[in-house]
Amino acid sequence: MTTFGWPEALFLFRAAGWTLLLTAIAFLIGGLLGGVLAIMRLSRIRIVRRIAATYILVIQSIPVLMVLFMSYYGLSLFGVELPPFLAASASLAIYVSAYLAEIWRGSIESVPFQQWEASASLAHSPAQTYRHVILPQAVRISLPPTVGFLVQLVKNTSIVSVVGFVELARAGQLVNNATFDSFRVFGLVALIYFAICFPLSRLSRHLEKVMNASRPH
Amino acid sequence: MPAVLIEDVHKSYGKLEVLKGVSLSVETGQVVALIGRSGSGKSTMLRCINGLEAFQSGRIEVAGHVVDQDPKRLRALRKDVGIVFQSYNLFPHLTVGQNIMLSPRITKNVPQAEALALAKDVLAQVGLSDKFDSYPDNLSGGQQQRVAIARSLAMQPKVMLFDEVTSALDPELTGEVLLVMEKLAKGGMTMILVTHEMNFARNVANTTVFMHQGKIWEQGPSRELFAAPQTPELQGFVKAGAQG
Ligand SMILES: Nc1ncnc2c1ncn2[C@@H]1O[C@H](COP(=O)(O)OP(=O)(O)O)[C@@H](O)[C@H]1O
Ligand SMILES: [Mg+2]
Repeated sequence: MTTFGWPEALFLFRAAGWTLLLTAIAFLIGGLLGGVLAIMRLSRIRIVRRIAATYILVIQSIPVLMVLFMSYYGLSLFGVELPPFLAASASLAIYVSAYLAEIWRGSIESVPFQQWEASASLAHSPAQTYRHVILPQAVRISLPPTVGFLVQLVKNTSIVSVVGFVELARAGQLVNNATFDSFRVFGLVALIYFAICFPLSRLSRHLEKVMNASRPH
Repeated sequence: MPAVLIEDVHKSYGKLEVLKGVSLSVETGQVVALIGRSGSGKSTMLRCINGLEAFQSGRIEVAGHVVDQDPKRLRALRKDVGIVFQSYNLFPHLTVGQNIMLSPRITKNVPQAEALALAKDVLAQVGLSDKFDSYPDNLSGGQQQRVAIARSLAMQPKVMLFDEVTSALDPELTGEVLLVMEKLAKGGMTMILVTHEMNFARNVANTTVFMHQGKIWEQGPSRELFAAPQTPELQGFVKAGAQG
């Protein structure tokens, strides 16, 4: 048995780095995919809408844990061995894409339809309308819920510990098993999560206030 | 060759027939006012002209473009046909200058310097040169509507459509917008405008068209039409002070 000291604390901080990296990767890749899905969801072509809607529905209906199991254990049945970090990033990105797609679809839809008409009437193509008129407005609308979702994501990354990836929560468990100093170990783990999430939550709340103040219509 | 040619256009929303065979011809440089009760099909007519609404049968030709729903042809058409809406519909995330320069830049590849000069010119035409860097939210309704007109003008359209552009404005602000439109009319712009401003129709429009139940009920030179309406419907409408 070791006591809880600097090396252990350092181990936790390093694990927090993995949590952040995992969050960032899942958010970036999931965000790209989610953006495409959001626009597909609003396509004028029905089959494109359907594909996106089905994907979103399926992913939102199964626990992210199952996606993780499928990409880690499921693929290994076919002889594909994903390293834990890759399986974790991919699963979280898939999860993120479905939720951000819905948040962003809502944001795009809340831009008044008259903006589409005005833009089309000025001879803009649909792509130009998205790029210059709709998306800049939708992005602003989507900022508070997107940052809010990011907070959930930071906390949900802990789920990847089940495939053996050591992020902050898993690291806490390991240090606790070695030191049995659960109060200090999990106290520090909680504090680190708080230090990441609290500013983000405040940012989300702040953005919401700014939006409400600056967009009377 | 008229600037706008509408031939026997029929348009339905589901089972509701909104345009029941409308025909109208507008010569270059003419100003036509569309009047009529709410729900008579004025906006629908106007929106068919720039392809915002599809119609089931008939034919529309504007500035040499046949109107259908083909995306490429629609874009070509809309470079030549401007429309101004009741609710202004400026882009709120862009400044006045950016609102005006956007379309010439992205649809006609007008170089930045030229777009800037163009924007300054059309803003001066609507009397808002000092608002170039303002955001729409910081302007009055009348000013926003004048910017919307300027934004349309920057595309150098051959035909301009106006759908009740003063109806959302406080009475003291309608004058400044009507003045801009009158100047445009005097400058030779071909215009079709839906309006409740009967004085404006009478004094500025060459022709006034009275729509009723999805049809052109009566039309003629504006002064004659208002002085001696022929149908009981138009007589009632004029007498009622043109409600709706
Ligand atoms: N998008 C739509 N869907 C169904 N009905 C519509 C739609 N737009 C207009 N209408 C109907 O078409 C008729 C004509 O409307 P409109 O052209 O707006 O009349 P006006 O501009 O003369 O007031 C009305 O009965 C209206 O309810
Ligand atoms: Mg109308």
